[in-house]
Amino acid sequence: MSSLYEKIGGEPAVNAAVDIFYRKVLKDDRIKHFFNDIDMEKQAAKQKAFITMALGGPNKYTGLDMRKGHAHLVARGLNDSHFDAVVEDLGATLKELNVPAESIAEIAALLETTRNDVLGR
Amino acid sequence: MVKITYDGQAFECREDESVLDCLGAHGISVPSSCHAGVCQSCMMRAVHGKLPAKAQSGLKPAHVAKNFFLACICHPDKDIEIAFVDETLQKFPADVLDISRLNSDIVRVRLRPRQPMQYSPGQFIRLYKDASTSRFYSLASVPQLHENDIHLHVRKMPGGIVSGWIHDKLHTGDVVNISESFGECFYLPGHPEQGLLLVGTGCGLAPLYGIILDALTHGHRGPIQLYHGSTSIGGLYLIEELSDLSKAFPNFKYVPCISAVETPPGFASGTVLEVAMAEHADLSGWRIYLCGNPEMVSNAKREAFLAGASMREIYADPFLPTVSSAVACQ
Repeated sequence: MSSLYEKIGGEPAVNAAVDIFYRKVLKDDRIKHFFNDIDMEKQAAKQKAFITMALGGPNKYTGLDMRKGHAHLVARGLNDSHFDAVVEDLGATLKELNVPAESIAEIAALLETTRNDVLGR
Repeated sequence: MVKITYDGQAFECREDESVLDCLGAHGISVPSSCHAGVCQSCMMRAVHGKLPAKAQSGLKPAHVAKNFFLACICHPDKDIEIAFVDETLQKFPADVLDISRLNSDIVRVRLRPRQPMQYSPGQFIRLYKDASTSRFYSLASVPQLHENDIHLHVRKMPGGIVSGWIHDKLHTGDVVNISESFGECFYLPGHPEQGLLLVGTGCGLAPLYGIILDALTHGHRGPIQLYHGSTSIGGLYLIEELSDLSKAFPNFKYVPCISAVETPPGFASGTVLEVAMAEHADLSGWRIYLCGNPEMVSNAKREAFLAGASMREIYADPFLPTVSSAVACQ
């Protein structure tokens, strides 16, 4: 079965999603403070890898990567509400790109499996 | 097992190891993020040997042609020698034609490379003081206008080893070594109606000046708007040339900005970013070029992006992790 990543059009679709998603995140009062003082290109590359993973595209993220990658943010107070905000912003992004609601739910469920690793629990 | 040679050392690479893994296992750290061939932060260059095609998937044709590859998805099946991209620049001599003053601390250096040089204005080169000391400088010249000569703007930095040498010791008739050009910050023909916004401080004008001349030479028809800022008029330069250019080309707008002192007529008051963003609430569809003070560049990226500019349309010499656009003229 082809992954959602392939269904929505692979890398070009992810590129389109990154701009929309990252703009939402930077404007989101709940989470934007986590993104101050960071290099935007590097962050965009991470967003791209993140969205690729969320859509089931090629990625090699492990639970340990998720823990290590977010530990400094957990130390700054990253919690469930922030995780929810990111999932919501990604959902809104995909909706704008006309991804069907059931697929968005599927993605949210996949992201849910990373919650404890991201939040260091 | 195949061998990977880096910096004169050969490492055996197991089948299940990527180039990134192999180098990492030997203590050579390669910048990386996604480990899946997506983010391109681990791009390197093969200087000898044949790469597996997969190692170049997703790269631009120009990069494929130069044997760039992604270390994280490269599983070599033959011996290869590799290097970081900025270590592989070809080096050749150039004659110093002249050095002229642009303002109290910036000079223009005109060089004539001793071999034909292909470049895009706005890219940068490495200029060597000696074998082990070099700095990056942006190209403010345009091949169609300046033929084989290249122009650099060099600001004298306090205690600057290379900039001090250029200002005080380098003279007409000297010969210096330079590298081939590099960087992604340049004009792309093919979208003649697109709006171009250029924001720079100090000698960050160098690449922007090259890009503007290049765009005009290509017959760009869309708006080209330059905001050049400093704390005082003395920090600006090429004011007359840029004003004349804006008279000759109605689509080119030049806004010199002064931030710290009283502003004389003809100059905008405020930091260059404040002035530029106040006049550009919606940047969707625009291409943005940023150069100069690192804090300004970083804030400008964010503000331009939030104003609707696509991330891929924001250019600030993003390519060499070791070189920020901020140092490409100092």
